[in-house]
Amino acid sequence: MALVEFRDVSYEIAGKPILRELSLNVEAGETLVLLGRSGSGKTTALKMINGMLFPTRGRVFVDGRPTTDWDPIQLRRRIGYVIQEVGLFPHFNIGDNVGLVPKLEGWSAPDIETRVNLLLDKVGMPPAEFRSRYPRQLSGGQRQRVGVARALAADPPVLLFDEPFGALDPVMRLELQRQFLTLRQDFQKTSIFVTHDVREALLLGSNIALLSEGRLEVLAPPQEFRQAQSNEARAFLAVLDN
Amino acid sequence: MRSDLLGDILLLTAEHLLLVLNAMVFAIAIGVPLGIYLTRHRAARPWLLGFSNVMQTIPSLALFGFLIPIPFVGGIGKRTVIVALVLYALLPILRNTLVGILGVEAAVCESAIAMGMTDGQLLRQVQIPLAAPTIMAGIRVATVTTIGTATIAAAIGGGGLGVFIFRGVASVDTVQILAGALPAALIAVAADWGLGWVERKLSSV
Repeated sequence: MALVEFRDVSYEIAGKPILRELSLNVEAGETLVLLGRSGSGKTTALKMINGMLFPTRGRVFVDGRPTTDWDPIQLRRRIGYVIQEVGLFPHFNIGDNVGLVPKLEGWSAPDIETRVNLLLDKVGMPPAEFRSRYPRQLSGGQRQRVGVARALAADPPVLLFDEPFGALDPVMRLELQRQFLTLRQDFQKTSIFVTHDVREALLLGSNIALLSEGRLEVLAPPQEFRQAQSNEARAFLAVLDN
Repeated sequence: MRSDLLGDILLLTAEHLLLVLNAMVFAIAIGVPLGIYLTRHRAARPWLLGFSNVMQTIPSLALFGFLIPIPFVGGIGKRTVIVALVLYALLPILRNTLVGILGVEAAVCESAIAMGMTDGQLLRQVQIPLAAPTIMAGIRVATVTTIGTATIAAAIGGGGLGVFIFRGVASVDTVQILAGALPAALIAVAADWGLGWVERKLSSV
């Protein structure tokens, strides 16, 4: 059974269609990249998985249950969320930021500490050095590493990424993309990753869904995606020839 | 200076402080929760902000006059004064609570919600702590204004430092006027400084 399933999902704001009859499955362990231009509906689709938005028509299933049947709080605590602006709490230190969801879930203090230390290590931020610092004392790249650690904190089966590396310089971006691949090996999570960067899509995706004006244009693994013939796919792939 | 004047100054200063303190406790107890309510109920914003705006535009002496005939809140004395002072203090507190909470970075609130915080957790752990300096600034402005406005309380038998001022104006006695105006000014400056310090402490977190 697919961990996440979109079934004929449409979404409109004030009569303007954002998503049109989107159907796709995300199997456990895969990384689905939602690729598309701005306004293609990719972020909207992402936000339907953790119940930040709900379809106008059709349904989104997580673990076989429609998102409308989930308690939104329970659903969101099982889904990690990483966004471009990171959104760390400026008044919490790094350790407390990472330990937030475990704390909400009522873990014991020693369990939280063990988990926070493990995750900060995994994202290359030695806990002894970083856990009591505050977000404003970190660089953009370091902040996003903490953002990834925070998303992994309560060991959620599904992770959502909304252009997480979009605001970073190219060197830092590559470093974090590599780290993403390492973390995927270590944690075996299911990820849905939104980007407009075709290179990033080919590097990170086990499956690529190309959206155009709210419609699914292509759904294929990277090797196949390179051969895709649709106009929108060609437009994206042309970036690679430069 | 006569020694009984000094005694009167201390007495009326204490009375003045008590009026301001009472009014501020009520204004904060009403203004902050109401401001939080407005962050969650957009439709109510123009009504409540409009109401507190109108309250601010009514000249204080006139507001006292309007309140006197109203049963329960009105009449002659301290209660009417406190009600009027609360109505004046409401706007800055209400507005700063609303603006402070709405001003919390959108990405921070989005993360909080996406991580599965309930609305209460979002409010207590994220929005109120981050809006605290702005809310405090509203309380500071309201307090300083209230200290000045409270001098008019004497006009309807509310006591406080205004007693000196009204008496001084009536008898063209500068010493009397200063005996009321100077302590009031000093209290206002001290309150501004003290609450400003609290505000800076809150924003350094």
